[in-house]
Amino acid sequence: MAETIADTRRLYTKPQNLNDAYGPPSNFLEIDVSNPETVGVGRGRYTTYEVRLKTNLPIFKLKESSVRRRYSDFEWLRAELERESKVVVPPLPGKALFRQLPFRGDDGIFDDSFIEERRQGLEQFLNKVAGHPLAQNERCLHMFLQDESVDKNYTPSKIRQA
Amino acid sequence: MSFFGFGQSADIDIVLNDAETRKKAEHRSEDGRKDKYFLFYDGETVSGKVNVTLKYPGKRLEHNGIKIEFIGQIEMYYDRGNHHEFVSLVKDLARPGELTQSQTFDFEFTHVEKPYESYTGQNVKLRYFLRATVGRRLNDISKELDLVVHTLSTYPELNSSIKMEVGIEDCLHIEFEYNKSKYHLKDVIVGKIYFLLVRIKIKHMEIDIIKRETTGTGPNVYHENDTIAKYEIMDGAPVRGESIPIRLFLAGYELTPTMRDINKKFSVRYYLNLVLIDEEERRYFKQQEITLWRKGDIVRKSMSHQAAIASQRFEGFSAMPSAGKKRFYFHFET
Repeated sequence: MAETIADTRRLYTKPQNLNDAYGPPSNFLEIDVSNPETVGVGRGRYTTYEVRLKTNLPIFKLKESSVRRRYSDFEWLRAELERESKVVVPPLPGKALFRQLPFRGDDGIFDDSFIEERRQGLEQFLNKVAGHPLAQNERCLHMFLQDESVDKNYTPSKIRQA
Repeated sequence: MSFFGFGQSADIDIVLNDAETRKKAEHRSEDGRKDKYFLFYDGETVSGKVNVTLKYPGKRLEHNGIKIEFIGQIEMYYDRGNHHEFVSLVKDLARPGELTQSQTFDFEFTHVEKPYESYTGQNVKLRYFLRATVGRRLNDISKELDLVVHTLSTYPELNSSIKMEVGIEDCLHIEFEYNKSKYHLKDVIVGKIYFLLVRIKIKHMEIDIIKRETTGTGPNVYHENDTIAKYEIMDGAPVRGESIPIRLFLAGYELTPTMRDINKKFSVRYYLNLVLIDEEERRYFKQQEITLWRKGDIVRKSMSHQAAIASQRFEGFSAMPSAGKKRFYFHFET
């Protein structure tokens, strides 16, 4: 019973198609949250952010889109995803209730550094969520990212790819 | 013995006849230490001498009998009092009487059956030992000698590869292949991961060896999972059509043979866990059981005939499903 040396040669693999090797990858998805703008006057003011998406994933109807959303829209999206999907939804940047109180030394929720901090947090949130295979099946995500406006009276549903 | 003054006592020592030539094997004890013990195989004879040395020479030692036992037992940690003995042999060395001087007794347990491998785990222990006892009215004097038993197998007749397509609909499809379903403890896992569809941003991929120790039956089944190895096989983002090779040498890890339903008390099974991690730290994984077995060393002419048979004993494994493509879904962990 001689001691044999194990055969560790690689298993046979199909040669890769050159288009696959050098072509654009199938997982391109870029989301930016930028251009904060404060709209309205007085106590009715609020800040909106541009949510820009570029992708080649077939599950997204538009390969490029740009919409404007406010913080409460993000809160709505988070709540919808928590209820409708099995995704563990990441947290949003803080609600900053303290900043909404009067008699502050700074600009409260319209303070530049606060808006920038919030913008970053919202961008991180969306990138984390939009890349999630289960979240990508939710109608609310697609409506948030690519529809002109968010219809909070929509009927929740799952997107099945064509 | 008398309560007043000095009672006579004795030290017991168990010595195997082939202590000079018998191989020792390392075995990790419950507290994590690695010790060496005499190694036995199924069917081998266990013989030796019991030395009873009187503590106070000149004084008599009264006793209720001297015996030696060979015991194979399973001990569940949550139920320490109850030992399940699956092998229990006894040899009487002396009838009740008295020893006037230190004495040596010969013993032999011929061709002892040792059906299972010694195992010390997280919740259960299977051990073999010799126990020599000098029986006394109030308190016995006893000594134990732990032994280690290995179960050997030969190359399985049927050893199909494992090949499967796994994925998440429209997001990630891979085909993984491992060259065998049964590996011996010093074997090499040779395989590959072929990417069919990659719509997520993968950061890296690893393969883990997971040991699952299952104790208890029915509603009281308890699984203890332990990741024995984590081996990164890919760093970076793959695209469609790429094949990632796997070459994992098992000899570097502390593994035992697969133990299925030992004496209906416990099991030890091994799984390969293929894990892909994406840019957002989400984990996609697919577990696949493999069977591990212990290969016998080269049979040397000096080994006894019984040991030669024992090292070639074939352990029947249930056949793994034959190679063929099946689609399974990834398990998904956020």
